Amino acid sequence: MGVAVEVDGLTKSFGSQNIWSDVTLTLPPGEISVLLGPSGTGKSVFLKSLVGLLKPERGSIVINDTDIVRTSEHRLYEIRKLFGVLFQDGALFGSMNLFDNIAFPLREHTRKSESEVRRIVLEKMDMVGLQGAEGKLPGEISGGMRKRAGLARALVLDPEIILFDEPDSGLDPVRVAYLNQLIVDLNAQIDATFLIVTHDIGTARTVPDNLGLLFRRNLVMFGPREQLLTSQEPVVRQFLNGRREGPIGMSEEKDVAQVEAEMAALEARGGDSHNGIGPKGASGGEAVPPQLEPSEGLPERQGARRRQERVARMLHEFDETTAAAIRRSLPEDLLARADAGAYAPTTGTNGRHWAADADSGATATTATAVLPRRREGDG
Amino acid sequence: MSASETPKAPGLLDGKYSPTRPLAASGQLFAFALDVMRALPKRPFQIREFIQQTWFVASVTIMPTALVAIPFGAVIALQLGSLTRQLGAESFTGSAAVLAVLREASPIVTALLIAGAGGSAICADLGARKIRDEIDAMEVLGISPIQRLVVPRVLASMVVAVLLNGLVSVVGVAGGYFFNVILQGGTPGAYLASFSALAQVEDFWSGELKALVFGLIAGIVASYKGLRAGGGPKGVGDAVNQSVVITFLLLFAVNFVMTALYFQLVPPKGS
Repeated sequence: MGVAVEVDGLTKSFGSQNIWSDVTLTLPPGEISVLLGPSGTGKSVFLKSLVGLLKPERGSIVINDTDIVRTSEHRLYEIRKLFGVLFQDGALFGSMNLFDNIAFPLREHTRKSESEVRRIVLEKMDMVGLQGAEGKLPGEISGGMRKRAGLARALVLDPEIILFDEPDSGLDPVRVAYLNQLIVDLNAQIDATFLIVTHDIGTARTVPDNLGLLFRRNLVMFGPREQLLTSQEPVVRQFLNGRREGPIGMSEEKDVAQVEAEMAALEARGGDSHNGIGPKGASGGEAVPPQLEPSEGLPERQGARRRQERVARMLHEFDETTAAAIRRSLPEDLLARADAGAYAPTTGTNGRHWAADADSGATATTATAVLPRRREGDG
Repeated sequence: MSASETPKAPGLLDGKYSPTRPLAASGQLFAFALDVMRALPKRPFQIREFIQQTWFVASVTIMPTALVAIPFGAVIALQLGSLTRQLGAESFTGSAAVLAVLREASPIVTALLIAGAGGSAICADLGARKIRDEIDAMEVLGISPIQRLVVPRVLASMVVAVLLNGLVSVVGVAGGYFFNVILQGGTPGAYLASFSALAQVEDFWSGELKALVFGLIAGIVASYKGLRAGGGPKGVGDAVNQSVVITFLLLFAVNFVMTALYFQLVPPKGS
């Protein structure tokens, strides 16, 4: 199972320029999360902070009980072995062919024999659909192949956390669909924690368990996908529907009067549901489309069940629309338990809603998977 | 990635023209050098990368060095040839030429080439990797770029600098001999016989020591600038440019200090 990433009060500036401040979120273990945000809101900076390439001034990022903002360089290199990162252009080593690129982490970190390295590399290349391209140089292949090769290299050390920096940029919609399916399939197979940074609303609507939005140097919202998809927050609505009307401007923020005028004009046209289709898969008003399922023949996503139990506990925290949307995604047994009051409001968990309640073991039915316990006595 | 708003410029333009900025930059360079020193003894030593880099630095520097060394030796021979004739000390021409080549010309030519050819190649290579995110990717894979890339390059540039210094000495002296004997009509016997009249073995060792230090500085500055390249292909170009300029400045300053020390520490022959 993947590990959780707990980000608390994170603040990053370059010189006097604040990128974002007080970002607090938790990536639940084994779930897929997507972080959205207009260009230039520091999403890539956030990813780089997560792996310790950049040092935020304040706050903490706790992984496996280690705060990677303040840990030693030596420990940081150890922690990084838990990570797989897919960079925007794959970040392959230009002087090596694909095979050597993907074998690189194995050769550096393990004492595996060359035949075993070969077996693992070919298996990962098969996973991302790159059979037969071992001998090619990164300069000789297309952007989509580079991304998949970068993904194979990120997978080769069996990471617990995988970060994707705009996996859809530079790809056509069909390839994005394949890549999204690949991400969901991978999650079902290795049950790692995924974080995807993207602009693609189609991806954001269908792939993740959790969604977040960065805007104006703040994390506007982060929660279960239904929370953002049904949200009435103007920034979230504007971004998910890909329209010009709203608080996000071309380069700067807009003034309030202009935003109000635009919103009134939008309402007059019938609101988001009559607004047509926006770019990058942005459309659909407040609809919550079904989530992508793993391909046939693959195991169920373990993260999916854990998530259902986690959000069932959180049901009381949401407004009616969101709660209704979440209820539609939950199986009968969990709904029954939630309605019976088995999931009393969790207190003192610092937002770690997946932490098991003290009594959940006693009331658990046979159908309920055992909730992961991270630390004894936590909450 | 930068936020869309412009910086608010409190005080001195966000530190851009702050008088302490050069201090901070030198401090960072020095800290980087310490990091490299600390990574030097770390296992596993990247022997493969070291050999590749040594070969690479040698291949970009040997030809230019030899070609620069010949006219350099010739110029020294011409200058000394006419000077010794004016002074009436023709028999010391060979000796003075050897002294000039070994003590100064050869480390300086080595410095020029190791910084201009070797250092710029290292800086461009690392800079290109940096802007393609390869360095970040390497760090994320849990591999220290300093240990994996910088240490082998610094060692390679040191080794090659020492070897180049030997090459320049030989080619320079040979060039001097050729010009003095063939073109200026000097006597071969006198030229060769006076070789050891003024020069001593310590002169050679001081030249080699200088070359070693020059190689170290060139390697560290080039790696430092390369790993901090940013802002796309132009950033790499800027980094290479700065690395060559900074290395030249440092090398000539260090050369002065080492020469001054040499005269304090090693007594001249015959005194």
